Amino acid sequence: MKLNTNSNAYIIIYSAILVVIVAFLLAFVYQALKPMQDANVALDVKKQILYSLNIRNLDGAEAEAKYAEVVKTEKEDENNGQKAYECQIDGKNVTVVSLKGMGLWGGISGYLAIDEEGKVYGAYFNHEGETAGLGAEIKDSQAWQEKFIGKKIWDENGNVVLSVVKKVEDPATQVDCVTGATLTSNGVDAMLKDGLKGFQTYAIGRMLETVANTDSTKVVEE
Amino acid sequence: MALFSKQNKEVFTNPLNVDHPILGQVLGICSALAVTSQLKPAIVMGLAVTVITAFSNVIISIIRNTIPNRIRIVVQLVVVAALVTIVSQILKAFAYDVSVQLSVYVGLIITNCILMGRLEAFAMQNKPWPSFLDGVGNGLGYAMILVIVGAVRELLGRGSLLGFQIVPDACYDFGYVNNGMMTMPAMALILVGCVIWVHRAYFYKEK
Repeated sequence: MKLNTNSNAYIIIYSAILVVIVAFLLAFVYQALKPMQDANVALDVKKQILYSLNIRNLDGAEAEAKYAEVVKTEKEDENNGQKAYECQIDGKNVTVVSLKGMGLWGGISGYLAIDEEGKVYGAYFNHEGETAGLGAEIKDSQAWQEKFIGKKIWDENGNVVLSVVKKVEDPATQVDCVTGATLTSNGVDAMLKDGLKGFQTYAIGRMLETVANTDSTKVVEE
Repeated sequence: MALFSKQNKEVFTNPLNVDHPILGQVLGICSALAVTSQLKPAIVMGLAVTVITAFSNVIISIIRNTIPNRIRIVVQLVVVAALVTIVSQILKAFAYDVSVQLSVYVGLIITNCILMGRLEAFAMQNKPWPSFLDGVGNGLGYAMILVIVGAVRELLGRGSLLGFQIVPDACYDFGYVNNGMMTMPAMALILVGCVIWVHRAYFYKEK
């Protein structure tokens, strides 16, 4: 007897079996590859943090080792998920802050390294879907990221003064925006204002802490 | 039927010339524009599409007689979607950098017209082995254009190939500037147009 492949019962059973097989297959593949994917994502985050500390061009194992050497503690703000990494590099205490914001087409993120004096030690930005050659320059252009180095972040009252602007008037706090990517640059500016605002007490606290405890390794051990 | 009979050879070589998916049928242009700003993602994308066309063709061809006619497009989509998801997961696990560069375009292989076109036009009527050859042929035809366009765009747009600098520093000292236009999708369309022009003018043979 030949099956009637056009009957309703056949179609329903056929599609049900097909979907179950595919579901099992995909679940299996996902579970099997998950540990490797998680490791890749974790390594990528570590690399981005190292980029913000001006350590670039390291491959997987080197980056892992350098990260373990440099980054001492990791803290997370439970309210907004913002993370802070306390690092020691070349004998300096540097705090790396994670940032999240909106670009022109999608989310942007970044890591900003802050030195003991409340100035930018280094910066790295990432994006989801900014225009290649324009907005994407915030990630691709190392030269642009390096413009942040040495800029002052907070004024005496704790307001964020670090900004990305079209016309630089105060070179101590302002960074020239990416040409042709004003909206993405505005996004970076808003992200910096937003992410660093809630952070000033912590960073200043840590600055005072390091002044009080000259033996900074002791703090880490606690 | 022999594995490499004349007929089977034609199934494999036609998509590389006369029935070329991009040059002849102008299918799958969208992703060809998006992923070709550098050579490496272009190669990976080409390979991914080749693997997916080949295997989805084989699978559909094996089950072609059991597929209910009324839901055949749904069945084809489910098979393609499953394969694309698997490839995307594998890329995330073993080639994370490239998968980040390709971003959504791996997932969008599902909507690549080359795939559905081959399944509907070829795999539904033919045995698994010719279907496999047809899939590989079409995938390679697609990959070929991606590699050509990707190489030109990376060379002129960034002065490098596969990330290695090709244009010597001396040229930049003399005032040579990378062509920023090349990094934008619009130039990929113009390049694809040029490739189609050259192909039609010199290589295209009427059936």
